[in-house]
Amino acid sequence: MGLDDLYREIILDHYAHPRNRGRPADADITVEGANPLCGDELAIFVRLDEGTIRDVHFEGRGCSISQASASLLTEEMKGKTLPEAIALVQQFKGMMHGQPSALDETDLAALQGVRKFPVRVKCATLAWVALQQGIEEFQAGKQVVVRATSEGPE
Amino acid sequence: MISERIRDDFPLLRQQMHGKPLVYLDSAATSQKPRVVLDALQRYYEEYNANVHRGIYWLAEEATRRYEESRAKVARFIHAPRPEEVVFTRGTTESINLVAATWGRANVRAGDEILLTEMEHHSNIVPWQLLAAEKGARLRYIPFDGQGRLVLDDLDTLLTERTRLVALTHQSNVLGTINPVEEITRRAHAAGALVLVDGAQSVPHLPVDVQRLGCDFLAFSAHKMCGPTGAGALWARYDLLEAMPPYHGGGEMIMLVQLDRSTYKDPPHKFEAGTPNIADCIAWGAAIDYLEGLGMAAVREHERQLVRYALGQLREVQGVKVYGPEDIEQRGGAIAIDVAGAHPHDVAQILDREGIAVRAGHHCAQPLHRRLDISASTRASVYVYNTPGDIDALVRGLEAVRRIFALPTAARDR
Repeated sequence: MGLDDLYREIILDHYAHPRNRGRPADADITVEGANPLCGDELAIFVRLDEGTIRDVHFEGRGCSISQASASLLTEEMKGKTLPEAIALVQQFKGMMHGQPSALDETDLAALQGVRKFPVRVKCATLAWVALQQGIEEFQAGKQVVVRATSEGPE
Repeated sequence: MISERIRDDFPLLRQQMHGKPLVYLDSAATSQKPRVVLDALQRYYEEYNANVHRGIYWLAEEATRRYEESRAKVARFIHAPRPEEVVFTRGTTESINLVAATWGRANVRAGDEILLTEMEHHSNIVPWQLLAAEKGARLRYIPFDGQGRLVLDDLDTLLTERTRLVALTHQSNVLGTINPVEEITRRAHAAGALVLVDGAQSVPHLPVDVQRLGCDFLAFSAHKMCGPTGAGALWARYDLLEAMPPYHGGGEMIMLVQLDRSTYKDPPHKFEAGTPNIADCIAWGAAIDYLEGLGMAAVREHERQLVRYALGQLREVQGVKVYGPEDIEQRGGAIAIDVAGAHPHDVAQILDREGIAVRAGHHCAQPLHRRLDISASTRASVYVYNTPGDIDALVRGLEAVRRIFALPTAARDR
């Protein structure tokens, strides 16, 4: 297992040039995630358009894997309904835990290499776990800022 | 410097990591163990394993003799006036918690203050937060400057008549800073406060003399000084130990138990309830013999030269920032760095592939990192078995980090 599996070009690119970075003032869902082990911090902002995700932004600091994964998430979530978004999170988490995945043809597959470095899997799933928690709280009618950790539901 | 040949004393250092010679630069987390310590552990279990302070047969007497002999070695190592001032614990964390739970509960009241520093390890913050919450006491903090040195200008303002205790690290586990404990102790005592020193990072690396420091409590661990994990000590002035209530209740710490009350043994046994960590405490004695064989002045000098070399070499690596004092007289062998454009997790991961073990994260010092306005750092730390060649390997590894994170200019922007 070489480092090339971990630091794929797509990942390094998203790390250096994160997409959808920022904090919109009118987010419908705001969720903060943290990985207490390494101090990674992340905030995710979702804007909705009649139940569909208009866009996702993120802010935070962390390692290349956590930041690139968040950046990829913002791209993949655009236009999804909330149930579709949850389903994609499940698929992604499944992929990161070694299950066969329908995501092989997407850019997200670049993160598969992280599986070979078990302590880094939490870095990759941080944004996804946070988004899932944020959506679920939103669906439950809670509009507060949600704090999620990478220790959260897997 | 200490001869490279001592690496042969440490069996673990012989191995390869990912096909490369292991470069172990994480001794601030835990040190490697010399063969003599491993032998001492095995000898105890094979030749005189028995419970201490109980049996009247030879094995029990031998175990007790060696256990108490180890206490005397620990006392001598830190120049404690008497062995009875050394309480064996599980390590620095338990030692500090012991003081908070016994001396603290008996002496800290609502409105009192405990003065810490902003560079403390969580183990010298959280026990005081728990105590302060229970008692309605207040925590205050001595700040540090841009080079990671304590700012003592306002110390006399921070020390008030409400200050019961000053608790500070002797040597920072992140910045490497060696704090002026003698001066702080003098000023704290003048204000009527006691002083607890976290010696986890100093006792393994410097000659430490509690009588010269003048402090009241010193907490430290075996595993960072060539000894086993799970053993450590609290040193305290005997009169303080005598006045402190017990910590844990149970066997071994009592004189007479009646149904409604008990009387306790004298220190240190009053604080050692239950069967102690006999094997590891005895092996710690072997570790102390080993370090005394090298000489603690030589250990300090070895690390001083390694740090001087490392600071010089690291300055040459583009994008690397070194935290902590520039003056090597004011710092020990923990070197925290930042690599521009690469997160510490990524740095450590790439170094691991080069066979280099460093620590990445907040090193149990989140307030310190918040103060530096970073969430994490990469830390290399040295000990007696490290060589200038290890530093060269680190520098080459950091160059590999920079290569991997030097992105193509034609990024796939969409």
